[in-house]
Amino acid sequence: MCLAIPGKLLSVTVQLDDTFRQGKVSFGGIIKEVNLSMVPEANVGDYVLVHVGVAIGRVDEEEAQQTFEYLKRMGEVDEIADEEKSTQ
Amino acid sequence: MKYLSEYRNPELVEKYLELIFHVTTKQWKLMEICGGQTHSLVKNGILDMLPGQITMVHGPGCPVCVTPISIIDEAIYLAQQSGIIICSFGDMLRVPGSKKNLLEAKAEGADVRILYSPLDAVQLAKENPGKEIVFFAVGFETTAPANALSIVQAHKSGIRNYSILASHVLVPPAMEALLSDKENEIDAFLAAGHVCTIMGMEEYHPIAEKYKTPVVITGFEPVDLLQGILMAVQQLENGEYKVENQYVRYVQRAGNRLAKEMMMEVFAVSDRIWRGIGNIPQSGYEVNEQYKQYNARVKFKLNLPVAEENKDCISGEIMKGLKKPFQCPNFGTACKPEHPLGAPMVSSEGTCAAYYHYASAKEPEEII
Ligand code: SF4
Repeated sequence: MCLAIPGKLLSVTVQLDDTFRQGKVSFGGIIKEVNLSMVPEANVGDYVLVHVGVAIGRVDEEEAQQTFEYLKRMGEVDEIADEEKSTQ
Repeated sequence: MKYLSEYRNPELVEKYLELIFHVTTKQWKLMEICGGQTHSLVKNGILDMLPGQITMVHGPGCPVCVTPISIIDEAIYLAQQSGIIICSFGDMLRVPGSKKNLLEAKAEGADVRILYSPLDAVQLAKENPGKEIVFFAVGFETTAPANALSIVQAHKSGIRNYSILASHVLVPPAMEALLSDKENEIDAFLAAGHVCTIMGMEEYHPIAEKYKTPVVITGFEPVDLLQGILMAVQQLENGEYKVENQYVRYVQRAGNRLAKEMMMEVFAVSDRIWRGIGNIPQSGYEVNEQYKQYNARVKFKLNLPVAEENKDCISGEIMKGLKKPFQCPNFGTACKPEHPLGAPMVSSEGTCAAYYHYASAKEPEEII
């Protein structure tokens, strides 16, 4: 039940006031109505993280690349370490 | 799907595993503290892929599993009153209370409904003005904002026939309770990514510092988990104990400000009994004074005796990381998902159910 899944915000359907928003979110083609009150920064086209019908976060596109970059950096660090070993 | 499939990439999994093997020189015990992570670790066979020196133990990371018998009894009591509809997430219906579960109460005529969101319960209240709707609100910090939002929404729309039976639990106090236990053997934590999406990272600094234990905020996909494990092992091997964030795509240092404000509007921190662990001070959220008309305990003057936990279930030791499910004499015999003795066998995120579904075919030696 703690599952939260990312989906793409397709449209904002209800905007009652500054905070209360609702919108349609696509989860790989399955479309659901989601409460957007806690992610005012999310725009149509963004990926939001949805838990029990409420968006709780917006994915940070740049940060999403970090997992992959981390690996690259680790790879480089490793190479350096290996080089150090071989020169010792 | 974007932001899911790329974190399941087998090549990346391979590379991370290689690095983990490369950096690990000593025995380490790591605990993940979210049922979603437990589920993913077991389902994806990650426990078998890790170096033998690394033991993953599975913490009290499933809110369904830690909801005490007494609160289940409260929910059943309410469900049996005429004019009340009890709603909750599906998992809650099969968790055993002291005499029965909600599903059995439903079979006996109680009005019990499964809903996907607490906001649906507010809608139900609107459609049924002659009934009292009670949402059985379990969850960690991830779920508490949605439950808070349901109260705010009911309040704003003048809906009076809605209330919640709160069973919220908070992760950092539970981590402290485990670390200060004299039997504690945990070397590092993988903290629950989605809890931190809401709460941010700050609460973990004092814990890492005080207990000299690394905390790595980690996601749920195989690549996330392996990266989290790698970061934790690196810290351990270097003698460090920092709070690090693997789940940067969803976790900001300060968390989600609006979600936190929503919770603070409606809830107050309270003591909470965790099934299998016992009372942990200041480890839950209860509806505050200002919104007490939405607190089912106040509204229906609940005052049930505290029930005894089932002695045959060793879930407490499992959640403290002291035992694995197959060390429970009832695992897979008297206790199965179809007739669970304890909550960790009920929820799909419970440790016992995860082991039962994905690992029960193997010999215990292989699972360790
Ligand atoms: S197998 Fe069943 S009885 Fe044993 S600890 Fe798990 S839930 Fe409890």
